[in-house]
Amino acid sequence: MKVTLWGTRGSLAAPGPETIRYGGNTSCVEVRGDGGALLVLDAGTGIQRLGTTVRGGRGRIDLLLTHLHMDHIQGLGFFEPLYEPAREIHIWGPPSPTLDLRTRLARYLSPPLFPVRLRDLPCHLTLHNVPPERFEIGPFEVEAELVCHPGSTVGYRISEGNRSLAYLPDHEPALGVRAFPAKPEWTSGFDLAVDADLLIHDAQYTTEEYQKRIGWGHSAMRDALAFATLVRARRFVSFHHDPTHDDAMLDRIDAATRATGDATFALIAGMEGATFEV
Amino acid sequence: MSQKAIELILMRQLASSLAMPIFLVEASGNLLFYNEPAERLLGSRYDETGEMSMKEWSNLFAPIGEDGSPVPGEALPLSIALHKHRAAHLAFWIKGLDGVSKKIGATAFPLQGQGARLLGAVGIFWEQP
Repeated sequence: MKVTLWGTRGSLAAPGPETIRYGGNTSCVEVRGDGGALLVLDAGTGIQRLGTTVRGGRGRIDLLLTHLHMDHIQGLGFFEPLYEPAREIHIWGPPSPTLDLRTRLARYLSPPLFPVRLRDLPCHLTLHNVPPERFEIGPFEVEAELVCHPGSTVGYRISEGNRSLAYLPDHEPALGVRAFPAKPEWTSGFDLAVDADLLIHDAQYTTEEYQKRIGWGHSAMRDALAFATLVRARRFVSFHHDPTHDDAMLDRIDAATRATGDATFALIAGMEGATFEV
Repeated sequence: MSQKAIELILMRQLASSLAMPIFLVEASGNLLFYNEPAERLLGSRYDETGEMSMKEWSNLFAPIGEDGSPVPGEALPLSIALHKHRAAHLAFWIKGLDGVSKKIGATAFPLQGQGARLLGAVGIFWEQP
């Protein structure tokens, strides 16, 4: 499968000349199966540009949401295929004990926050709660598990054949753990990410920043690397960059991380537009 | 060994940070964890006992009712929380692994995850005068 990053920024879009290389759009990742099947992971502002590349197509699109924080759904109403009458689109999201996915998404896709109502979208739209067990979408096998992040939030493991991508863009597995990493069975996200060929993981903060933001649901680069080591990831992509981190800052974080020499895997700073063969 | 459910992981992390004795068991009744305050109450470190079956841990602490008779396993608050899916409270005596008898109050409640999955139960203990 081929994986493309359309948005790598966390929390808030951060466009501008100072973020031109790593990108300013919020979370969105395209996953293409070998036969062309399309999965989209999250609907941050990056999904708008992805939508222009599939304009006018007829293939089914499955959009997998990790959670419904604004930075992961803000681009949804600007995803062109939603306005194509012949298009079949499935949106999958984490379950809630109280409201179904349609009701929760409609809070955003309705006035006064958005002019078009979810029910008025012309495509063939189906919404699903992600099931607790492994499920299949076309050629992909998908696993979704709740992970440590405020609210109902899942991470995903996408497999095609014997290759796997783990996607945990918002994840704080070190929360409350005295000596992170803990044992695998007590580590949030372990089963999703173990032995992944490509791990895309939250690395929003520096160690110093994290001390002031414990419990906000995101990881320091240090903890993200410890998690990647624990799960034996083969390639690690840092993701969900803090909106205050410009390109120069992200370069410094990347250089400092490499200088430790701790990584037992390929260390990749997530940049908008980057593609990976898995 | 596969990863525990996130709800159990978060419960363990919370228990690790609290100053009140807490027991965490999974849906089968197996003891998954007890925190440091519980270690003091029970007279043994969790790292030494590790995970135990419900039969093991309910026998190990030899619960005795206020009338002096043994408390059957099914009457313990954690057992009620697991099997009847409701909160329960009981005062009884235990003999810690250090051999010292203590009177404790125990409150337990079930942990129910999304989709009505029973994930386990939590017991909170107070040593009573």
